[in-house]
Amino acid sequence: MTVTETAAPDTGLRISTEVKVQSAADREVREPDIVIKDVNLSYGDNHVLHDISMDIEDRRATALIGPSGCGKSTLLRCLNRMNDLIDNVKITGSIMVKGLDVNAASTDVIEVRRRVGMVFQKSNPFPKSIYENVIYGLRIAGINDKATLDEACERSLRGAALWEEVKDRLQESGLGLSGGQMQRVCIARAIAVEPEVLLMDEPCSALDPIATLKIEELIYSLKEKYTIVIVTHNLQQAARVSDRTAFFWLGRLVEYAPTPDMFTKPKEKLTEDYITGRFG
Amino acid sequence: MSNLVKSFRRGDPMIWLTGSALGICMLMITGLVIVILVNGLSFFWPQPLEEAKLKDGGVVLGEMVGREGIPNPGQPDHLEKHRLQYRLGNRDLTGSDFRWVNEDDIAGREHPPEAYFVERREYGPLLGTPVLVKQGDAVLAEGPPAVARLLPELVAKAHRDRAAISRIEKDEIGEINYHIERARLRSRKLDLEARENPGRDMSRERAEVERATAEAQARFQAKTEELQSLLETMATTYVTFRAADGAEKELRSLDIYRAYAANQLSWLGRLGVYGGRLWEFVSGDPRESNTEGGIFPAIFGTVMMVIIMSIIVVPLGVLAALYLREYARQGTLVRTVRIAVNNLAGVPSIVFGVFGLGFFVYFVGGGIDRIFFPEALPTPTFGTGGILWASLTLALLTVPVVIVASEEALAAVPRSMREASLAMGATKFQTILRVVLPAAAPGILTGLILAMARGAGEVAPLMLTGVVKLAPELPLDGFFPFFHLDRKFMHLGFHIYDVGFQSPNVEAAKPMVYTTTIFLLLIVIALNFTAIIVRNKLREKYKTGAF
Repeated sequence: MTVTETAAPDTGLRISTEVKVQSAADREVREPDIVIKDVNLSYGDNHVLHDISMDIEDRRATALIGPSGCGKSTLLRCLNRMNDLIDNVKITGSIMVKGLDVNAASTDVIEVRRRVGMVFQKSNPFPKSIYENVIYGLRIAGINDKATLDEACERSLRGAALWEEVKDRLQESGLGLSGGQMQRVCIARAIAVEPEVLLMDEPCSALDPIATLKIEELIYSLKEKYTIVIVTHNLQQAARVSDRTAFFWLGRLVEYAPTPDMFTKPKEKLTEDYITGRFG
Repeated sequence: MSNLVKSFRRGDPMIWLTGSALGICMLMITGLVIVILVNGLSFFWPQPLEEAKLKDGGVVLGEMVGREGIPNPGQPDHLEKHRLQYRLGNRDLTGSDFRWVNEDDIAGREHPPEAYFVERREYGPLLGTPVLVKQGDAVLAEGPPAVARLLPELVAKAHRDRAAISRIEKDEIGEINYHIERARLRSRKLDLEARENPGRDMSRERAEVERATAEAQARFQAKTEELQSLLETMATTYVTFRAADGAEKELRSLDIYRAYAANQLSWLGRLGVYGGRLWEFVSGDPRESNTEGGIFPAIFGTVMMVIIMSIIVVPLGVLAALYLREYARQGTLVRTVRIAVNNLAGVPSIVFGVFGLGFFVYFVGGGIDRIFFPEALPTPTFGTGGILWASLTLALLTVPVVIVASEEALAAVPRSMREASLAMGATKFQTILRVVLPAAAPGILTGLILAMARGAGEVAPLMLTGVVKLAPELPLDGFFPFFHLDRKFMHLGFHIYDVGFQSPNVEAAKPMVYTTTIFLLLIVIALNFTAIIVRNKLREKYKTGAF
């Protein structure tokens, strides 16, 4: 892997952009963290996901790509049962996250969501202070010990590469930050409860290029600790941050392969057409 | 011509139309406010006293309050000649407060320096010249100048004496009465218990009650005697005033509230009288069936009622809105409920008043009396109008406003924010409590502001559920349990109606209507401002940022 450093002319920030050539160590196949088997999902009569089966590896970033409406976000939301919030949704098949059967009726949704964190497309901090935003997950778990909360807040903000920027204004509103900072607050909030899996639903689509690069760097470092599943419309982003990429089309998984293979020698004609920009 | 067409196409007439509509609204509102302010605030300003000598030999002394053309339709002098309206006071001497005098009948007008304007306990103001001060049979001062020198001191002493008497009457005797009443109720209770289980021996309790009653009675006796002797020593000074027509009136100095020589007052002196009257108005109890004195009990009652109403209406409205918006399955039923709630806001307030009387006062209050206060029956405790029932009725009246505003505020909380909380493993309840409600709080407060504005100005339902003409006992005092929610209370809105249309002397009380209106408006504004400040603080705290 080589890292090229470029100076962003406007901001004077040093931003590293990765051009990835996967090393042999990165290609080692790991134990699957998430096992998705024969998942079908429909909203009423609208069949959205067709027989999706895929294994997602531990502590790797997996990108889900595909045109709008192909079901990639829906699949992502299956992983922490956010689809429960929608009426009339019917899911079959099994999803195992570290041995936990996510989709089983007997499984505690709260437990699933504690273990599978999520970052949304539009940053959605709460109308609270930065501090309260970050430790929200701990508060609702009933933790009120000040030392523990302070420690978790600092650790998460450092993890989200935001500590240096906000450490002096933790008590200010989380809504007063810039877009990129708000998204990083949301990431800090998600990792504060130390989940096993981090889901990201187009986390950079509402950000400017510089903020996007910061988040991408962050994702790159976060996958040391967390299994990351990221939905993105930005193919370059998928290429930059992910280890494996899954391509969806009309609710079906078309191709799922290591990212370099996917972008250099796709097996399916459909995948090739999409990543070369012939549709989508 | 083409210019006109062009201007029409551009929409110039529309701009004029909308502009004029707004202008008319503004004009009406400012006009109303100015009328109220001018009439209300000028009421306390001491006017000069004018003495008019009539051609027939009569004399009229009074404040000149009006001048108008004499109507004589069809004749050449229609509205040409004028007549003057004098406020005479001296209702006990002349029988009327005001008198119209034709200008043609007046031989001369002057401002006698020794004429006094005296505010007293009964019969409205007294206008005349002080001529004699007597204590018992001894003459303390004679002649206008000597009496005038003595008057300020007498008035000050009267003020102190009245305060002392009121302390004894209200606080000390009030407390003894409270104990006597408690003992009476306990005795009644024992009677009731004895009837239910005749076998029980209650001689000890009875002895206890009798002892308490006897003790309180003895204290009452002592206090009454003390008050009597105090009154006798205080009430020995008399001031004699001579009215313009020569009639004399002997006034107990204890009954004088304020006396000033209107034509000798300097500008500063007038300001002093003005300030004193204004303060008395704000802080004093009403006198003379509400046409004189202050409106403090009414201010207190209004504020307390609005606060109790807010305490009831906000939780009720917010909880109802939460169910409607967050928990109920959105469908025909919920839509129907929502329409019904909106319509409820349009129901005439008197209907709520009748409901409050029937349900809260008679049904709930009557039930409470039967269960908890059987010893006081047939005198109702809660089974009659009171501040609690009035507040509940108003809460019912304003709850649709709060529900609608809260629902809108809840709906405005972005879905993404709820999802963020749920995705963190929060339950729906935690999400509502920690994220949705704080974010919706400013909108909910807007609902409260609207509810308070409506509630503070409502009169009709209160007349049925607890407002009375005179209730000097405030619903909050030093006797256990301090908040007497069963008490009747005074209200500024009702006060306006009562003073303006139900008082024995409407013409004299007219300015009071304006001043009371000013205070009602001020209170509504003050309550609203408080809520608005809180709301803005919340908005600042949770201000939406970057995008």
